[in-house]
This record gives sequence, C-alpha cells and structure tokens, in this order.
Amino acid sequence: MPSAPDAVPDPGDRRDDGREDSPLLFPGTRLHVVTGKGGTGKTTTAAALALALSRGGRRVLLCEVEDRQGVARLFGLPPLPYEERTIAATPGGGEVVALAIEPRAALLEYLDLFYKLGRAGRALDRVGAIDFATTVAPGVRDVLLTGKVYEAVRRRGRGRGAEREHTYDAVVLDAPPTGRIGRFLNVNSEVSGIARVGPVATQAESVMRVMRSAATRVHLVTLLEEMPVQETVDGVAELEAARLPVGAVVVDQVRSDTLPLELLDDALAGRVPASAVRDGLVEARVVRRDASGAGVVEGLLAEAAEHDERLALQDREQEALVATGRPLVELPLLPGGVDARGLEVLADRLVEQGLA
Amino acid sequence: MSAAPGRAPSGPAGPVLDVDALLDDRSTSVLVCCGSGGVGKTTTAAALSVRAAERGRRVVVLTIDPARRLAQSLGLAELDNTPRRVEDVGAAAGGSLDAMMLDMKRTFDDVVEAHASPERARAIFDNPFYEAMSSSFSGTSEYMAMEKLGQLRARASVPGGDGSEPWDLVVVDTPPSRSALDFLDAPRRLSSFLDGRFIRLLLAPARAGGRAYVRVLSGAVSSVTGALSRILGAQFLDDLQSFVTGLDAVFGGFRDRAERTYAMLAGPGTAFLVVATPDEDALREAAYFVERLGADGMPLAGLVLNRVQTTALPRLSAERSWAAVVHLEGRTADDEEDGTAPEALSRGEHALAAGLLRLHAARMFRLEREQELAARFGREHPGVAVAQVPARPRDVHDLEGLRAVGDDLGGAA
Ligand SMILES: Nc1ncnc2c1ncn2[C@@H]1O[C@H](COP(=O)(O)OP(=O)(O)OP(=O)(O)O)[C@@H](O)[C@H]1O
Ligand SMILES: Nc1ncnc2c1ncn2[C@@H]1O[C@H](COP(=O)(O)OP(=O)(O)OP(=O)(O)O)[C@@H](O)[C@H]1O
Ligand SMILES: [Mg+2]
Ligand SMILES: [Mg+2]
Repeated sequence: MPSAPDAVPDPGDRRDDGREDSPLLFPGTRLHVVTGKGGTGKTTTAAALALALSRGGRRVLLCEVEDRQGVARLFGLPPLPYEERTIAATPGGGEVVALAIEPRAALLEYLDLFYKLGRAGRALDRVGAIDFATTVAPGVRDVLLTGKVYEAVRRRGRGRGAEREHTYDAVVLDAPPTGRIGRFLNVNSEVSGIARVGPVATQAESVMRVMRSAATRVHLVTLLEEMPVQETVDGVAELEAARLPVGAVVVDQVRSDTLPLELLDDALAGRVPASAVRDGLVEARVVRRDASGAGVVEGLLAEAAEHDERLALQDREQEALVATGRPLVELPLLPGGVDARGLEVLADRLVEQGLA
Repeated sequence: MSAAPGRAPSGPAGPVLDVDALLDDRSTSVLVCCGSGGVGKTTTAAALSVRAAERGRRVVVLTIDPARRLAQSLGLAELDNTPRRVEDVGAAAGGSLDAMMLDMKRTFDDVVEAHASPERARAIFDNPFYEAMSSSFSGTSEYMAMEKLGQLRARASVPGGDGSEPWDLVVVDTPPSRSALDFLDAPRRLSSFLDGRFIRLLLAPARAGGRAYVRVLSGAVSSVTGALSRILGAQFLDDLQSFVTGLDAVFGGFRDRAERTYAMLAGPGTAFLVVATPDEDALREAAYFVERLGADGMPLAGLVLNRVQTTALPRLSAERSWAAVVHLEGRTADDEEDGTAPEALSRGEHALAAGLLRLHAARMFRLEREQELAARFGREHPGVAVAQVPARPRDVHDLEGLRAVGDDLGGAA
C-alpha cells in the first residue's frame, strides 16, 4: 500500500450527527470519484453525495472537470467561475463548496505558483501554447485537472504541521465518463510516455499515489439498461486492472414497483378475471357502470405487460451488476425530475445505504 | 419483439418527417445521424440502413461504438475497419446492406500510410505523441469519422467486378459526444491547433532548414520554448517537434482536409438527421444543432424523436388516473380500518385495478411531460419535420428490433 499521507482515516469521518444509519461502506474515504456512462446521472449522484457528506457539519468540495457547468445548472445557479464557492449550506453547519476546474486557468495558476512566469507565461498564452497544452497535448490536461483535485484533497487550513485541519472533509469529483476514466485517473502512465521528466511528470506521480490510496474510491453510476451496465462491468474491470480503488456501483433512476409482483403475474397469466379489474375501474369511476370497459382493461393490461417485460430485463441487468462484486447502491427515479428537494431525497438514500 | 402498446399520440401539428420518401429519393446519397450522447444515433443509423436496403437501396452503414449485441446481429463480430455484407437484408428488393464499425486508430494509421513513405510512417507511428493522438484526443474520433465517410463516398462509385457501383447510400453514425455540435466542430478545432500559430512556431526551425534556425529564433519564441522545456522536459519538445514535422509532411495541412470534408457535407445529396430523446437536455442540444446547420447552410432532413413514451389509453390522463388511484386506495384503507374488509380476492381486485391505474398514471405523467417538451421544440423550430419513435420495452439489438424501429420511422408519414 502506497504511504499517501491521506490514507489514514480522518476524524472527519466520524458519524457525529447522531443518526442511526447503516455503517459506512467505505470509511476513511476523502476523495469520491463519480463516473459512469454519459447521461446516467453522474452529476446528479455527485451532487447528492456531496450534500449527504456535508451533513453533520462537514465541509465538502464538489468539483467538475468537463467544462459543462453541470453543477451550476443542477443547482439553478449562473455559470461558476474557476473559484471555490459555497453553493449549499446543510443542517448542522455543513456546507457544499463547488469548483468548476478549467484546465487553462489551472495551468496559468500552476505556472504562476511554481514559476512566477510573468512575461513568459503571457507569451505562452499569446502563441497558443496554453491552449495547445490544455487541449491537444496528451495527458497534460488530465494532469492539471487531477492535480487541482489532489491539491484540494490535501489542502490544510491555518495552524501548524499535521495538526492543521483539512480544508475539506471530503472532495467529490464529478468525473469524465467510464470510457475515459481509466485514462483520466491513470495520468501517471499516460504522461510518462510524453513528459518523462520535469515538474509535470513529478506532479503526475504524486497524484497517482493519492488516486491509488485507500483515501480514494471510484463509484460507477449506471442505469438498469444494457449499454450502461456493460460499460459499468467493463469499467470495474478496467479500474481494477489499473489498481484504482473501485467503490460502489450506484444504480440511478430505479423505478419503484407500483404493483405487487404476484398480482401482476396473476393478471398477466389470465388468472384474474377481467371482470375483477373492471369492477375496480367502475368503483374508481374510470369506467361507467353501464359500459363494458373491455378496451380499458385490455389497454391497462397491455401497459402492465410491457412494464413487466422491462422489469424482467432490469433483473437480468441487476444480476450482471451483482456479479461485479461491488456493493450496489440504489437511487429512485424522481418522477418530476431533479430539483433541490429531490437532491435531498437522493442524499437521504445515500446516507441510508452507507455511501455517506 | 412485442409491439409497444399503442402509438405516441400525434404531436403538435408540425411537419412530419417522411423517412421513406427520404430513403427512396435516389439523390440522397449520404445520411448523417447526429445527436447528443446515448439518444439512439447508432440505433437510428442501423434501422434506417436496414429499411433503405429493404426498399432497394445499396447501403453501407458506418457505425461507431455499437452495443455489443447490435454489432453481433449485424455480423460485426470483428472490428476490421472494412464494410462487411449483412446477409438476408434487402436482396428481395434488389438492395443490399454492408456494415462496418469505425476503428479510429486504424483509420488514422491508414491515412498516414497512404500519404507517407514507409520510413516516414514508421517514424510517426513510433512517436509517443502518435499513440495518444490517434486514440484519445478529443476530436480525433469525429475527425476520423469524417475521414472514413470521405473514403466510403469515394469508394461508393467505383464499379466492382460486375460493373455496378457498390453503394448508392452511405449512412453515418456519429461518435458518442457530449454535444451534437462536436461532430461539426471537433475536426476544425483539431485542425486549427495543428495548423495554428504554436505549431507553426515549432515547425519554423525545421522549415528554416535544420540547425541554422537557432539564430533566427526571436527572443519571445525562445522564452516560450524555454518555459515549456522547464515544465514538460526537453524531450517533450523534441518529440513534439518531430511528430508535428512528420505529420505536416504527410497531410499537407489538416485544415484543408477538414474543409474539404466539410464542403462535402454541405453538398447536394447529404441529409442530416438530428436524433434526440424527449428530455430537456437532448432537445436543447438538438436545437443548437438545428440552428447551427442552418447557419452553416447544411441540409437538415429533420428530427428523430426517439424513445417516446406510448400509451394504449391516450384519453385517460395522468390526472384522472391518479385521482382514481387515490379513490381506490383510500377505500381499501377504510375497509381495513373498520374491519369490514371483504375476502382476500375482492381486496386483491381493487389492489390490482389500483396498481394498473398507478402504472398508467406514471406513464401518462411522463408522456405528457415529453409531449410538452416536443411541442415547445416545435414552436421554436416550426420548420423542422419530426418523426417519433416509441420507446420499446427492450433494447434494440437484432434485425427484428431494427426493422420495428424502421417501421416506426417510416410509418410516421
Ligand atoms: N434519480 C433521478 N430521477 C430523475 N431524473 C434523474 C435522476 N438522476 C438523473 N436524472 C436526470 O437524468 C439526466 C442525466 O443526469 P445527469 O446530468 O446527472 O447525468 P450525467 O451522467 O452527469 O450526464 P453527462 O454524461 O451528460 O454529464 C438529467 O436530466 C437528470 O435530471
Ligand atoms: N426506441 C428505442 N426503444 C428502446 N431502446 C432503445 C431505443 N432506441 C435506442 N434504444 C437503446 O438505447 C441504447 C442507446 O442507443 P444507441 O446506442 O443507439 O445510442 P447512441 O446515441 O448511439 O449512443 P452513444 O452516444 O453512446 O453512441 C441502446 O441500448 C439501444 O438499444
Ligand atoms: Mg454530468
Ligand atoms: Mg452510438
């Protein structure tokens, strides 16, 4: 085990908010990386996780790196600058701070910090070298993005030596999708082929130490559909092969059963007479007492059959996820979409299932 | 595959996209399916191709990252970057279907090999930048999709052994990008970097003829390269310089190339189909894309609204069915409370009716939301023709499923 300074569980991990929830799945985690197939709910999950982690008075940084302003959109805020801003205060004095990491700004900051590159920095920018380095030069962009996350994870406030408290109790990263996550987190190997020496190479090595440490967990968000599940299964294998610590598989947008399954099975197998359903519909005034209602019954059963087919498919996908051996965490589909209240509901679920 | 129960209620009275007319029009020679990630671009491209072949077109479809089972059902078990005949499709109508999966790296390799001497190609392949660039740069997959499209178009009209031209329709899927616009923008972004000032600067020494360049470097330039060397290591610059020099000689300007493909896309015979799911994000992306195509003078055929919710009972609204659920469940609860609950079966009856209505209410809730979003898109883009494809209960991963999607697409008119 690499001896990253942050591998030791922090006092900030204690569940000091007095609630009785399931034990933490991953105690000691300071960096939660959230990945998954595009559009499955990475940003939503990352935001809910940040809220959940911040309860009980903790400070949590929610980072995004994809230039999408997904966090701002989710919280109904104007675009976030490259700056740490409190976007939510949670009960018990906790807060969620957001940061949209932008590679250009990160590089200029980096150059300024380490090289005091006044004139040369500007010259670099003028000829397009900054753009080049952050957009085209392989790996450099990822080193800068992960480097900034690394800095936030390790940052400590005022005080002396190791006594100083971490500025953030936890950092949640809304990361690139599964297709790119291995490459993204594995910046070290990516960059070593290109920048073999020099500060960028050195930085990449330090970042890798933290990424591989017990303080980091990579969670994969998926839907119970074929392609996202396939990507998740492949993603888990890829991350494990790269020795990156896989956390939970988060199944998002789980539909709740609205009908007891045995009843549905009976109805679809024709074991319930149509008249029984009709009587209920008459009672509910959906069908008039003097009408046959056959069309309505038939229509409702056809829709139920389709629902059933989808459930069967979901069961198969769920089995594939169980086979990864990672803990599964489920988030319900919020019928009206995700709003501030919805995020709190999702955060509740994450706490109940031990992810926060 | 079971049919979805019922069709989507016909949307707002906007123009309907007549997919069959588009496929039957022999002057349509390139169809591009664009859209944001996961909306059904690959499915739509494959379904259109099968349908076109079965209506007598000789089709080649370029798919990008198809789902594993879809690839298998198209006979694309191996990724060898060349079109393969899909048996049992179209022969009866005098059509045919060839399908291929894009191998980005292989396509890039082919371009280099086609334009460089073996030694020069080797030098490029061995450069550490090449590996990264050919497989992971943002923009490379879009660039290579366009490159491959150009190749397929060129091959389409080269007569085969029997004297007939192999294809009269090229259908193109686009890479899974976060934005639909990436397909148009990424190649230019990439080429403007490769042709940009910074690269020119790095190339300047080589152009000035070998080592003598040192003297002509201006102060600014040497401070730039000096700074870069300090941060990235001197090796980095050397590798980069030789890589760019090598590629430059091979390509003679990435920008020209991107411009040419771009011009082809704007040319006659090309039609764009924008694919979106009926949710806010995908429709916003679709709107950007539609506007951009208009601004660039590119031919838009219409919008494919994929995975729309359907119902067998369009007249039983979400509100009414929900009220019925409340009524029924309220009654059941009362029965339990006052101990007059009838026998189990009769309770079950109401539970079943209530459950079925609950399912319907949830479905209608979604459907009504989707139709509202679709209507808004229609109001904001009144000229755009739309075809709606119902959400199927199962993934679309075999020919039967593709045909069913094709029927939905074609049946829209
Ligand atoms: N539990 C949920 N209930 C209802 N809607 C949800 C839920 N989770 C996510 N969504 C919706 O699904 C869509 C995609 O979610 P989100 O933006 O979080 O995904 P993402 O993985 O970050 O996407 P991208 O890859 O584009 O960044 C959004 O419209 C979001 O509101
Ligand atoms: N009408 C539909 N009904 C049900 N499932 C569908 C439908 N259209 C597509 N799908 C399924 O949705 C998933 C995504 O579709 P597809 O791969 O075509 O999307 P894409 O836009 O190509 O995605 P990407 O951006 O990742 O390339 C697939 O599993 C496909 O089977
Ligand atoms: Mg996101
Ligand atoms: Mg696709």
